[in-house]
Amino acid sequence: MATTTAPTSSPSAEASQQGKHRPDRNYRRRQRWGWLFVAPFALIFLSFLILPLLFAFRMSLFTNTLASGTDFVGVDNYVKAFTDPIFLSGLGTVAKFALIMIPAQMIVALLAALVLDNLATWASKFSRLMIFVPYAVPVVIGALMWGFLYSPRFGPAADLFNLVGLAAPEFLSQDNIFGSLVNIVTWQWAGYYMIIIYAALRGIDPGIYEAAVLDGATDRQIAWRIKIPMISSSLVMVVIFALIGTLQFFTEPQVLRGVAQGAIPVSYTPNMYAFSLAFSYSQFNYASAISFALGIVVFVFSFIFLFLTRKQSGLK
Amino acid sequence: MKATYLATAGIAAAAVVLTGCSGGSDSGGGSEAASCTNTIVNTEAPQVTVWAWYPAFDQVVDQFNNANDDVQICWTNAGQGNDEYTKFSTSIESGSGAPDVIQLESEVLSSFTIRDALVDLTEYGADEVEDQYAAGAWEDASSGDAVYAIPVDGGPMGMLYRQDIFDAAGIEVPTTWEEFEAAARTLKESGSEAVIADFPTNGRAFNQALFAQAGSEPFVYDSANPQEIGIKVNDEGAKKVLDYWDGLVKDGLVATDDAFTADYNTKLVDGSYAVYLAAAWGPGYLQGLSDADPEAIWRAAPLPQWDAANPVQVNWGGSTFAVTEQAGDKELAAKVAMGIFGNEEGMNLGVDAGALFPSYAPVLESDEFATKEYEFFGGQQINQDVFLDAAAGYEGATFSPFQNYAYDQLTEQIYAMVQGEKDSGQALDDLQASLEQYATEQGFTLK
Repeated sequence: MATTTAPTSSPSAEASQQGKHRPDRNYRRRQRWGWLFVAPFALIFLSFLILPLLFAFRMSLFTNTLASGTDFVGVDNYVKAFTDPIFLSGLGTVAKFALIMIPAQMIVALLAALVLDNLATWASKFSRLMIFVPYAVPVVIGALMWGFLYSPRFGPAADLFNLVGLAAPEFLSQDNIFGSLVNIVTWQWAGYYMIIIYAALRGIDPGIYEAAVLDGATDRQIAWRIKIPMISSSLVMVVIFALIGTLQFFTEPQVLRGVAQGAIPVSYTPNMYAFSLAFSYSQFNYASAISFALGIVVFVFSFIFLFLTRKQSGLK
Repeated sequence: MKATYLATAGIAAAAVVLTGCSGGSDSGGGSEAASCTNTIVNTEAPQVTVWAWYPAFDQVVDQFNNANDDVQICWTNAGQGNDEYTKFSTSIESGSGAPDVIQLESEVLSSFTIRDALVDLTEYGADEVEDQYAAGAWEDASSGDAVYAIPVDGGPMGMLYRQDIFDAAGIEVPTTWEEFEAAARTLKESGSEAVIADFPTNGRAFNQALFAQAGSEPFVYDSANPQEIGIKVNDEGAKKVLDYWDGLVKDGLVATDDAFTADYNTKLVDGSYAVYLAAAWGPGYLQGLSDADPEAIWRAAPLPQWDAANPVQVNWGGSTFAVTEQAGDKELAAKVAMGIFGNEEGMNLGVDAGALFPSYAPVLESDEFATKEYEFFGGQQINQDVFLDAAAGYEGATFSPFQNYAYDQLTEQIYAMVQGEKDSGQALDDLQASLEQYATEQGFTLK
């Protein structure tokens, strides 16, 4: 493999080595083995992530319209993207989702984790599994399933509401589609976040709780004053996951679009917009620009969030 | 157009797993080592790769391969409609991976000719077979003098209706849209659970066909002059038709359910709609649906007219075989495109096993086809009664080179109208504005 004979260390690595010990033959050989182990990943990482990204970035600097050919336009596509009302309204949509959906998922996940952490019966193990199960359902399948549950004809809603003499809401109408999507995502992801938070809670030394109880703290106080502050770095991580996922919102609305084409237009979220530009309208160049523009937005928001929470996340 | 694909559009992400033998390396096409769904009968002969999603197409392919020693079809089902087009589109962009021959609905042909993806078949003798095909279907597959595809099946429109629901409400079969509206009111007043029909906001080609019946000609486009396009989606015909349906929607006389969803499929056959305004592939579609009302009595009648004295026939869907620019041996590929359904054995298989409405004249004009009795319609000869006239009267239509975009926008506008956000005229004017803007952005000159 070519990578094994590549230069074995970067300048900075060399500099740090010299401070500690001289590079001997043994060390060099070990380093060579290191590269060998890294090579499979590096190769795949380069060819399936870095190179496509560079290629897409290059594409985003050109235009190729249906009627005229390919032209180099520099950042024009980005200027167009950030002034494109469709892209901006898509960003507005995912921002709304972020405001509603992330807190919803956090509250459900945190409450479930705190309750499960306090229980030690077989029921808690069982509940933990059950809350986690939706995450094990592939996203497309989950969304298809909810599509049927929301269906006025096949779904259970009509029957349930009939029992109390009410008309079932139209989950797939323009007014309700937002809530319907929030519900699907929360159902799917809260269990996953719950597991992360639960694992963090398990990592806390129980001695701390005993000390708190001796001091007269109630369960609620322990949860609020001890547990939550001590797992704040995990909470920040969960929010970052949720934030990135929400800004790239795609699969659920794309699948539900199959049963609600009016309520979910093709450009509902920025990712859907990029998808339809590329694969329905053959505008690969502008679609690349939209994707990168979305990437920039995701980066900026993640960065701001990490900066604001640097104390809680332990990054500082 | 076998439009069922829309119902499963959500599963677009699912990969198509292909089984079968690997094709010989001596492929007639430029495509990569092929893996065919079918068995190659004559392994010595050059192979032509074909993408298609016709029902029962495996039988047609086997029939072709058994009948031809000098060429063999290597068939792949690359998805229906948009699923296939997405793959084709990506292949065009990357410059490889397209099949030699591809099934395309006639409405998307110019979307691909403008990307130089299809071969003009007149070079390979397509103009010599023109008289073997229905005139309207041929018109749809050609642009100016060029012929970009060989027609396979068509979708002349008719009206499938529930005789039992009509009888219960005392309704005569409407022959004009005026009578249709009156029937809708009678039906509603009779207290029936059914509405007369569905007007789907995502009808796309269906909505466009209804507009065309009142004389709407949304696009003027000739691929010989690809930079120029005329757009008139808000002409008088379109406005008249959409205003009519807007009225029916506002009065609660029709449903506005999305088409091709599971809900819609059920409602089509369970008596929620008294009428299914359908193309000639509609009867086959209906029979394939489950949960049908066993008491239902279905009959077919011609599509209602605006002016009974001057009937206008329209078409919804219909597909073709085109040869791609990536084909290795274009002459051989053209021969296959013309040959698959261009003979009575192949087309009869398509008609009997796949419920296609043929564009191939020797079958289309045969007595056998005209007098074919359909059990689903109580033995009615629906071809003779309805669809043959409709096919004969259809003169063809012109589609834009960005038809998918145009349909997506049409859906958005009609949905906004149904939601009461704007009236029909405004919806079409907004559609016109958005398409003009799009065309300009894409570098077209507006005529």
